[in-house]
Amino acid sequence: MIPAAFAYARPTTIDEALQAVADGGEDVKIMAGGQSLIPVMRLRLAAPETVVDLTRVAEMRGVREEGDAIVIGAMTTHSDVLSDPLIAQWAPLIADATETVADRQVRHRGTFGGALAHADPAGDLPAVALALDAEFVIAGLNGRRTVGAAEFFVDYLTTALEEGELLVEIRVPKLQGTWGMHYEKFNRVAQAWSIVAVAAAVRREGGVIAEARIGLTNMGPVPLRASGVEAALAGAEATAEAIAAAADRAAEGTSPSSDLNAQADYRQHLVTVLTRRAVTAAAGL
Amino acid sequence: MTMVDEPTGTQAPEKEVGKARRRKEDARLITGKTTWTDNMSLPGMLHIAVVRSPVAHARISNVDVSAAKAAPGVIEVYTGRDFAEEQGSLPCAWPVTPDMVNPGHPSIAVDSVNHVGEAVALIVARSKVAAQDAVELVDIDYDVLPPVLRMEEAVKDGADLVHDELSSNTSYHFVFDAGDAGLGGNTDQAFADAEVVVSRRFVNQRLIPAFMEPRSCVVSPQGDNYTMWSSTQIPHILRVMLAMVTGVPEHKLRIIAPDVGGGFGGKLQVNPEEVLALLVARRLGKPVKWTETRSESLMTAHHGRDQIQFIDIAADREGNVKGLKVRLLADMGAYLRLITPGVPALGAFMFPAIYKFPAYHFECDGVFTNKVPTDAYRGAGRPEATFAVERIMDELAVELGMDPLELRRKNWIQAQEFPFTTIAGLEYDSGDYEQATQQALQLIGYDELRAEQRQRRESGDPVQLGIGFSTFTEMCGLAPSRVLGSLAFGAGGWEHASIRMLPTGKVEVVTGSTPHGQGHETAWSQLVADELGVPFEDVEVLHGDTSISSRGLDTYGSRSLVVGGTAVVKAAEKVVAKARKIAAHLLEASEDDLEFTGGKFSVRGTPGTGLGIQEIALAIFAAHNYPEGIEPSIDADATFDPVNFSFPHGTHICAMEVDTETGMVKIRKYASVDDIGKIVNPLIVEGQIHGGLAQGIAQALYEEAVYDDDGNLTTGTFVDYLVPAASDLPHFDTGNTVHEAPGNPIGAKGVGEAGCIASTPAVVNAALDAVRHLGVTDIQMPLTPERVWRAIHQGGDGGERATAGTIAWGGASTETTTGVSTDASSLGGDR
Ligand SMILES: Cc1cc2nc3c(=O)[nH]c(=O)nc-3n(C[C@H](O)[C@H](O)[C@H](O)COP(=O)(O)OP(=O)(O)OC[C@H]3O[C@@H](n4cnc5c(N)ncnc54)[C@H](O)[C@@H]3O)c2cc1C
Repeated sequence: MIPAAFAYARPTTIDEALQAVADGGEDVKIMAGGQSLIPVMRLRLAAPETVVDLTRVAEMRGVREEGDAIVIGAMTTHSDVLSDPLIAQWAPLIADATETVADRQVRHRGTFGGALAHADPAGDLPAVALALDAEFVIAGLNGRRTVGAAEFFVDYLTTALEEGELLVEIRVPKLQGTWGMHYEKFNRVAQAWSIVAVAAAVRREGGVIAEARIGLTNMGPVPLRASGVEAALAGAEATAEAIAAAADRAAEGTSPSSDLNAQADYRQHLVTVLTRRAVTAAAGL
Repeated sequence: MTMVDEPTGTQAPEKEVGKARRRKEDARLITGKTTWTDNMSLPGMLHIAVVRSPVAHARISNVDVSAAKAAPGVIEVYTGRDFAEEQGSLPCAWPVTPDMVNPGHPSIAVDSVNHVGEAVALIVARSKVAAQDAVELVDIDYDVLPPVLRMEEAVKDGADLVHDELSSNTSYHFVFDAGDAGLGGNTDQAFADAEVVVSRRFVNQRLIPAFMEPRSCVVSPQGDNYTMWSSTQIPHILRVMLAMVTGVPEHKLRIIAPDVGGGFGGKLQVNPEEVLALLVARRLGKPVKWTETRSESLMTAHHGRDQIQFIDIAADREGNVKGLKVRLLADMGAYLRLITPGVPALGAFMFPAIYKFPAYHFECDGVFTNKVPTDAYRGAGRPEATFAVERIMDELAVELGMDPLELRRKNWIQAQEFPFTTIAGLEYDSGDYEQATQQALQLIGYDELRAEQRQRRESGDPVQLGIGFSTFTEMCGLAPSRVLGSLAFGAGGWEHASIRMLPTGKVEVVTGSTPHGQGHETAWSQLVADELGVPFEDVEVLHGDTSISSRGLDTYGSRSLVVGGTAVVKAAEKVVAKARKIAAHLLEASEDDLEFTGGKFSVRGTPGTGLGIQEIALAIFAAHNYPEGIEPSIDADATFDPVNFSFPHGTHICAMEVDTETGMVKIRKYASVDDIGKIVNPLIVEGQIHGGLAQGIAQALYEEAVYDDDGNLTTGTFVDYLVPAASDLPHFDTGNTVHEAPGNPIGAKGVGEAGCIASTPAVVNAALDAVRHLGVTDIQMPLTPERVWRAIHQGGDGGERATAGTIAWGGASTETTTGVSTDASSLGGDR
């Protein structure tokens, strides 16, 4: 449990950080909260030449309002997310999911941006970002670019971040109208990753579900939108039967893995049950 | 200010035994203000890192250590060749049959490796970091052989062999037949005549002890003497065994177990690394340290359980049991360690449990596989037996259409029948199964739960409720030395204690029963405070250092209080007897006229006279005035060898919710009533029960050591080897009945393993009770949601799990094997 030797940089601004990454040699790793990176290094499954630690980059922390979006700094810790009033107001789904992440100690160090950049299929936040149509602001030495959630998650542990780039902030559009949200997580012990989870945001108009957004965790190498379910729910009656019928489509287009916790076919069953429960809760039924 | 009355002397002093004392050792253990082995740092100390095999079965064709030797800070690199002549074989102290096959167990592999994680090279360096860095530089070529991983395959004719110099993978075939032993009828006949026979195959999965403090040892040579500090349960046994294995004479070896952070049987071992650290220290003449990492610990410290159990029960239609047949396949792993073969064989005596079987036959095959060896783990042999018999009692009840409790009641030993000699030849000491059961039913609120269960069934609730029982007994207080001799065990079962009365009246108690978290210091202080009439605070308990505690057999098998505590009481009695002579002399009275209460000798009928035992300690230290013909000391020691085991028992009831849509199980309520004899400290008892329940429930629901098809342990971190935390466990409603053990003066039976032994079948029985009506008859442990869901919706017992680790860094590889990884060791099972 001792990492291989590495050089260490601790910049204080985004520009310095980008420079440190550029100067760090062949194999540079950016460190946010270190909660995913450090275990991998301690097992020597990764042995970077340089680690660039972002914990002192103040401008990457915190949540602010910017017109029709809220903007979450990549270095905002999970525990700061949990107590943030803007998130509570505009994107409670994020807080709902973050509450299920690990334990208090991990949530004090681990960051929103780190969890997204890590892109673990079992991680809870990517599916939430996808369901909320979040946008990812990426900085490089040549300036900034913005990619949508659907393009950001490319493959297993792989994102649209290119070498030398930093994820600096995440823009979450403010949803208009009355939305209910719920994150339904399934795991065996309290502090574990999701075996499967479902992020649901539902807009009701009276007795009808006007619009639903469903993100799926751990149903493939990247987070997925359950578009079949979303289509079935749009305009459906807000009843148990309608929701159950729609949720039955949750496994469409998924390609989950088989591991110690679950084989693929069981995950595909679970996701229908969890989708039904998530939508039911989000719809306030 | 309040006036304090002089104690009148007529009032009996408050007894320490029975008080819920907070443990006096906890402050230092919890805050870390103590010496754990890995905290030790000696001048000039070198650090050992172990290079471990990344493959389960291979011949070593070449080892190149040149790059590692040249690495910064590295002093030496050793391979198996370097120690081939002097390493001997790790000891196996329990040849359960005369023809048991023991292939020998090198501490470091010489020609071949037989499990992932086996030591193949040692780096000795100036720092821990330098040693770890050099691990990756050792270049080893392996000619990979097919791994032998499944017992049912391994015992077939023509199976691949773990040890190709042997003729099969079977180490031993152990048989106990009650008919042949003159204890019961003919088992085959009993089955032939029976109206009902129920047969099952249960899998008692492989578990990892997962103690909190990783193993660690430090060896310091002084001339031809060696001191070893080790995080071990067994400093005394380790000393003898290291002397035998390495040839370092026993009197030149001192072993110290400082405070030890848990063991659960996992540190009841002579570890390869302990032998190797001693050999390296001897070679280099320098102090050395080895401390394992968590992933090394999970991968290479011995595992527990791992049996396939074939069990048949015979009965008549009224539910009277007629016979029991057991055949076990017990996974030894690749080698035999200290008591590897004995753990399942010990089960032979526990399968009949609390029931009056008229016929009983037991067979066990010890089977080699290319996995880390198994050995003692909390309960060792008894949880396996209890699981199988308590499960099959439920199956029989279902077959007969009887209430599971009614069936048990019909067959269990009645309170008035104690002492009772079982069909396995054990003499159960005391108890009342009905009383414990009644109390447990009350605690859990049985009738309401059954009503709710009915309601949920009728309404077709997706969440069903089940109730499961375990009415168990176990054997504790290991052990009568003569019985161990008859079982071919390599040691006795006595325990030793000495009491040293210091001049200021303080008391040092030396115990041979070495604690590793149980609270010996508190319990022993309570015992001695009562025996000698001294304040609890005046007693200090010393342990774990073979130079201080020269005789002892250490801690396992719930023996400490029953055997070790008794030795303490006996030593205290001797102190009082010696002090009595001096008191008589000083009080100018006859010994016969003295009474001893509350720590004071006084002359009967003469109030006001009196001499405290603490004053006598000072008087005899000065030794100015004492009787002729005796030694000037009231110190004493005692060795206690029990004549029988003790037999705790109890009733555990679990109420379980099963979400039939997802397969998730959740314990709704758990009640246990344990009879552990006399309770010395209720707080310690409660703690032991809670911890035991957590571990027993963990076997039922969470823990399993899983190997992939290449023999990689894929539950190699705590992400995938699921040890439940408090947040995952229910509230426990615990209670006790008290039937004192007649076999020791304390009356205690032992509590260290009870919770772990009893709970597993109660939990599984509860889950099955919830879904029985849906056609489920068995679910393999641990009851993962997937298995429960499959059993409900697809039939069978839930089947095998996929073996891939669940997250990016889970699984097969660790820092000690990455440097030399091969295709077969690549990460992640069948991902
Ligand atoms: C015991 C434990 C339990 C956990 N349980 C859960 C759980 O239940 N659910 C869950 O979702 N997660 C869980 N996690 C993971 C946790 O959420 C981590 O915080 C998160 O995965 C990574 O965040 P971090 O800030 O620690 O990132 P780090 O570990 O520092 O980085 C992770 C990866 O992202 C890269 N990276 C980080 N920040 C940036 C950036 N700004 N720009 C570019 N690249 C970047 C790093 O280079 C690295 O590759 C658990 C972790 C632990 C240790």
